[in-house]
Amino acid sequence: MKQLMLGNEAVARGAYEAGVTVASAYPGTPSTEVTEYIAEYDEIYSEWAPNEKVALEMAVGSAVAGARTICTMKHVGLNVAADPLFTSSYTGINGGLVIVVADDPGLHSSQNEQDSRHYARAAKIPMLSPVDSAECRSMVKEGFRISEEFDTPVLVRLSTRISHSRSVVETGERKKVRVKEYEKDFQKYVMMPAMGRKRHVVVEERLDELRGFSSSTELNYIDWQNRNTGVVSSGIAYQYAREAFPEASFLKLGLVFPFPEALIKELAREVKKLYVVEELEPFFENQIKALGLEVIGKDRLPVTGELSPGLIRENMNQDEREIIESPQDDIPARPPVMCPGCPHRGAFYVLDQLDLTVTGDIGCYTLGALPPAEAMDTCLCMGGSVSMAHGVEQAAGPDLADKTIGVIGDSTFIHSGITGLIDIVYNQGTSTVMILDNSITGMTGHQENPATGYTIKGEPTSSVDLKKLAEAVGIKRVSVVDPFELEELRQIVSREVKADEASVIIAQRPCALLEEMEYSGIMKVDFDRCTYCRRCMEIGCPAIVDRGDRITINRALCVGCALCTEMCSFDALKKVGDSGE
Amino acid sequence: MNNINIMIVGVGGQGSILASKVIGSVALQNSFDIKMSEVHGMSQRGGSVVTSVKLGEKVHAPIIDRGEADIILAFEQLEALRWIEHLQPGGKMVVNTQKIEPVPVIIGDAEYTENVLEMLKENLQDVVVINALEKALQAGSKKVVNVVMLGVMASFLPFDRADWLQAVKENVPRDYLNKNTAAFDSGFNYVSQKGAEINC
Ligand SMILES: Cc1ncc(C[n+]2csc(CCOP(=O)(O)OP(=O)(O)O)c2C)c(N)n1
Repeated sequence: MKQLMLGNEAVARGAYEAGVTVASAYPGTPSTEVTEYIAEYDEIYSEWAPNEKVALEMAVGSAVAGARTICTMKHVGLNVAADPLFTSSYTGINGGLVIVVADDPGLHSSQNEQDSRHYARAAKIPMLSPVDSAECRSMVKEGFRISEEFDTPVLVRLSTRISHSRSVVETGERKKVRVKEYEKDFQKYVMMPAMGRKRHVVVEERLDELRGFSSSTELNYIDWQNRNTGVVSSGIAYQYAREAFPEASFLKLGLVFPFPEALIKELAREVKKLYVVEELEPFFENQIKALGLEVIGKDRLPVTGELSPGLIRENMNQDEREIIESPQDDIPARPPVMCPGCPHRGAFYVLDQLDLTVTGDIGCYTLGALPPAEAMDTCLCMGGSVSMAHGVEQAAGPDLADKTIGVIGDSTFIHSGITGLIDIVYNQGTSTVMILDNSITGMTGHQENPATGYTIKGEPTSSVDLKKLAEAVGIKRVSVVDPFELEELRQIVSREVKADEASVIIAQRPCALLEEMEYSGIMKVDFDRCTYCRRCMEIGCPAIVDRGDRITINRALCVGCALCTEMCSFDALKKVGDSGE
Repeated sequence: MNNINIMIVGVGGQGSILASKVIGSVALQNSFDIKMSEVHGMSQRGGSVVTSVKLGEKVHAPIIDRGEADIILAFEQLEALRWIEHLQPGGKMVVNTQKIEPVPVIIGDAEYTENVLEMLKENLQDVVVINALEKALQAGSKKVVNVVMLGVMASFLPFDRADWLQAVKENVPRDYLNKNTAAFDSGFNYVSQKGAEINC
């Protein structure tokens, strides 16, 4: 049946049809929906792991035990999972293992723009790169075949525009794949030096075979058209290049590592001019040049950001577009904001008031770095807030430590904040860590996590008690507070940062977008009481509007959380009626 | 058959993905090749959001570049202006009169651009202006603004009303079907009722 599918949905479909029985992942834009769609198939065991390293280790265990297994993460997640990745290349698999990694050129929702193809090369693992949803499905299936034929994990590289585009997919039936017999084989699965040395040789031999395969597989092919121009490309860049060079001959790379040397030599021999169009790094380009071939690539295209058909045309071919010039060049930007009703708003208002140095972390709450609060000094990687607060203290001493706080979300804390907290306690630091517990993984679109009490399938399960967890690692000062109780929160934070012991503050209020959080009514300004002092504006709620001479409430945005009433000394903000539903 | 490139621009949370899915379903029923690109994640949170839908015999890139859109469906005034360069000369813009102030405006760091609608009319050959929020509230919920807008656009695309309604049905929760159908119709009939006066 023909269906419109999101790239991520098609990856899930491919896994289903390939007979996958186990899936593990940690969410991360743009990869998240892969595992959410997989969770809809009852035939597949699926889970959210606490982080990507755990997800991949679990997946390797499952593959070694014989099941076809899929493991999904975003590009920076592969950094976290890099340790098992590199050595799983040595052990190989038993049941097929496909690792899906989604890059984010243009940094739509990421902290960096790294190019995962380097991981394939560094870990000597073959990598596939689909160009649309149909290929997402077919390449995942092919990935399992390659994985089992060559006894290797296989990487599938997506990018934002592949993951989050919809296109037509023809689905097929699920293949019945029996879970393979597990056989104990410590030469293969116990990577001590003696065995690792032997396995490294196996990896190199496998890579040689894969190099040959790369030029013979149908995943890589030359589409001959006009022989003046030849273009090498893959992934979403291939689609852009097809629009920018409608008449050229193309070497389309479905298997992007290892590189098909025979095919590139063939194309280069036949065409007058050779181009390589790739997003981010000159990954193919360097390999083409290493063969002594002349190619036009990153001398014309940027290494940073996304490509587009227009950008390629502009820099490599003719551009005939006519553009309507914008009549206005200083259009105010529209940066993302905390939603109306967001519990983080209270926390960042207080942090700003107290003028603390805030080592921050990754999640919706990173928006606290932006105006109006601007109450975040650093944001490095998941978990970094906790360990960095400790580093600040050790470098700058108690004076700065008394004004420093690490701020981290619940999912992020469990991902890798807990190890930083152990570092603080173990090494007798006095840092304060605030866990913003909104009962969900918000940023990536509401995934359950080990602290929420539900599995990916929505089944009730035990939940990590953050307070007890902090106490168990040795934190003696743990406070729990509602971030909308601004005064109480302010008192607790000022007290705890100054304490000469490590402390944890758990700010608990569910995400406003959670169904159980349906606030009722909306706010209204009582103009008789309002003095236009503008204090309510300080919380930066998008539903509160300054009309220049008075304050009004945007009815379409207000959810009725009533945080603004905490700010008003004149009792001028009242809750009324409903929200127009 | 020429490709039709449609951009839906607005503010995170306004429902542009649903609108694009409905267009996709209709196009699929009518045997078009389709590519759509949408935004998930960070920029959903009240940020500027762009969704592209491309229909044709064969579509390669899922995104629409500057100068390439045949139609822009703008759910918010400022966003209409922000994306104007993506419209090709002669393209059509449907703009909702709703204004959502971005945070820099709310906190007084910037001013909401004045006279956006006038500017659009001056610079574009074909603009349809609609107060879709009002229509949505008449249809029963502020949430169906997206379907009102969709209805307006549907009235000048080469697909049957019945196909549209079927696609709306497939893509909205059953409890909301009546409100969505009413919203679609009020958009669909908007241009013919208003006549030429809004096509400047
Ligand atoms: C290594 C890594 N994995 C995944 C992500 C994607 N990601 C960003 S924030 C986040 C979780 C945020 O959840 P939480 O800490 O609960 O905060 P919230 O967004 O709910 O405020 C995830 C999974 C990432 N940036 N880095």
